[in-house]
Amino acid sequence: MTVDESPIKYPSAAGPWPEFRAVLRDHPVLRAEMPDGSIAWLVSGHAELRQMLADQRFSRARAVAPGRARQGTEVFAAGSINGLDPPEHTRIRRLVASAFTARRVEAMRPRVASIVGELIDGLLGQPQPADFIACFSLPLPVQVICEMLGIPAEDMEQFHAWSDKALGDWRQDSDEIITSLADMYGYFGRLIEAKRAQPADDLMTALIAARDEADRLSEEELTILGCTLLIGGHETTANQINLSLLLLLDHPAEIDKLRADPALIPGAVEELLRYVRIGGGIPPARITTEDVALGGVTIPAGEVVLPLFGTANRDPSAFSDPDRFDVSRVAANHLSFGAGVHHCLGAQLARLELQEAFRGLLARVPGIGLAVPSAELEFKPGMAVHSLRELPIRWGEP
Amino acid sequence: MTRWVVAVDKNTCIGSAVCVGTAPGRFELDERQRSGPVTAEIDPDEVVRDAAASCPVEAISLVDADTGEPVDLD
Repeated sequence: MTVDESPIKYPSAAGPWPEFRAVLRDHPVLRAEMPDGSIAWLVSGHAELRQMLADQRFSRARAVAPGRARQGTEVFAAGSINGLDPPEHTRIRRLVASAFTARRVEAMRPRVASIVGELIDGLLGQPQPADFIACFSLPLPVQVICEMLGIPAEDMEQFHAWSDKALGDWRQDSDEIITSLADMYGYFGRLIEAKRAQPADDLMTALIAARDEADRLSEEELTILGCTLLIGGHETTANQINLSLLLLLDHPAEIDKLRADPALIPGAVEELLRYVRIGGGIPPARITTEDVALGGVTIPAGEVVLPLFGTANRDPSAFSDPDRFDVSRVAANHLSFGAGVHHCLGAQLARLELQEAFRGLLARVPGIGLAVPSAELEFKPGMAVHSLRELPIRWGEP
Repeated sequence: MTRWVVAVDKNTCIGSAVCVGTAPGRFELDERQRSGPVTAEIDPDEVVRDAAASCPVEAISLVDADTGEPVDLD
């Protein structure tokens, strides 16, 4: 393909998505006109996407530079680890990488299982129908990340309001987003002072030591990193739990398989991650720092490149019969956590939370089901993740 | 001058490609999307140390070629 060809139009939220995805199947890297009229290169092939994400010549820092960021998340990313390139990115990520390794996260499994148990006790004590989000899918990741960072439990609700705003619709609510981010930075500034005065065995205290004793990050970087870990650690996980539950409820035979053999749950979590389209809006962009060959085309320097994670996860060259949801398939090569330097820091923690969530729900909440028709479920507008307002559920007698 | 031996445990590797992105030209993914060093024995290189310290599953080992001792990742 040459650059002279007229670009395909990227669909609006209304679609037509099936037709568009059919075109992408034949074009793993494709030049497109976005709804705002700008031009971007879409990377939707599985191998091509992993290659792109692992290549430093596709720069996040350039994509979120002042004047470019359009969505709330991208504005927030501009100051955070998510908007840095190596070597600045490497310096910050190294400070937190060891806290999120598979080994360190596995040690948290008993505590996560115990939080799941407490939340299910609370859920079963509610009158039916109950909101699954308020009772389970949101408090689980919030409590886990707050305990890890050392944030007092009584502050949790406040964060959710801030995080909700930060992931919201930048064009519509930019003043509110800026105010929310400022409030959140202010909170973390006070939290850091409190932890300086009274150190504890938690991640914020460890990061403060990295700042004060080894000067490995600035005060501003420390504040923003705390906010990033908090935001990154909950809306995504909560909605992955929600959308996974909806998907499973649509496939009762798959639920039966998991109830019969809970050893399938870790594999099922990978398939849920592969299959669920969690991302909303425009995905996190990169900009080429030089001409780069990818998937049989050459992307010129300075062009916007967009990773289409959901489409890559349905690439038939990577997953046979990709539109079939099958909890027993080997799906761990999905790209839902990204790849390369921005591979989700919390990936292992998210996996563990999902595993323990569904282990608990399938064992202890028999007959779990939607209390309203799925067509009546509402998503919050403008969010960077597909985020449900409420998820009313019913269940049978335990 | 000391040399480092770089190895990736392919059974532990999850193909996150954090190392490939952190240390370009030092690590590459194979056809199964598992990482390995481009060159197994190298001169000490801070970027390779960064990559080993950033691996989400601690699959990368760095060993001093003379002593056989693990290289400090901090």
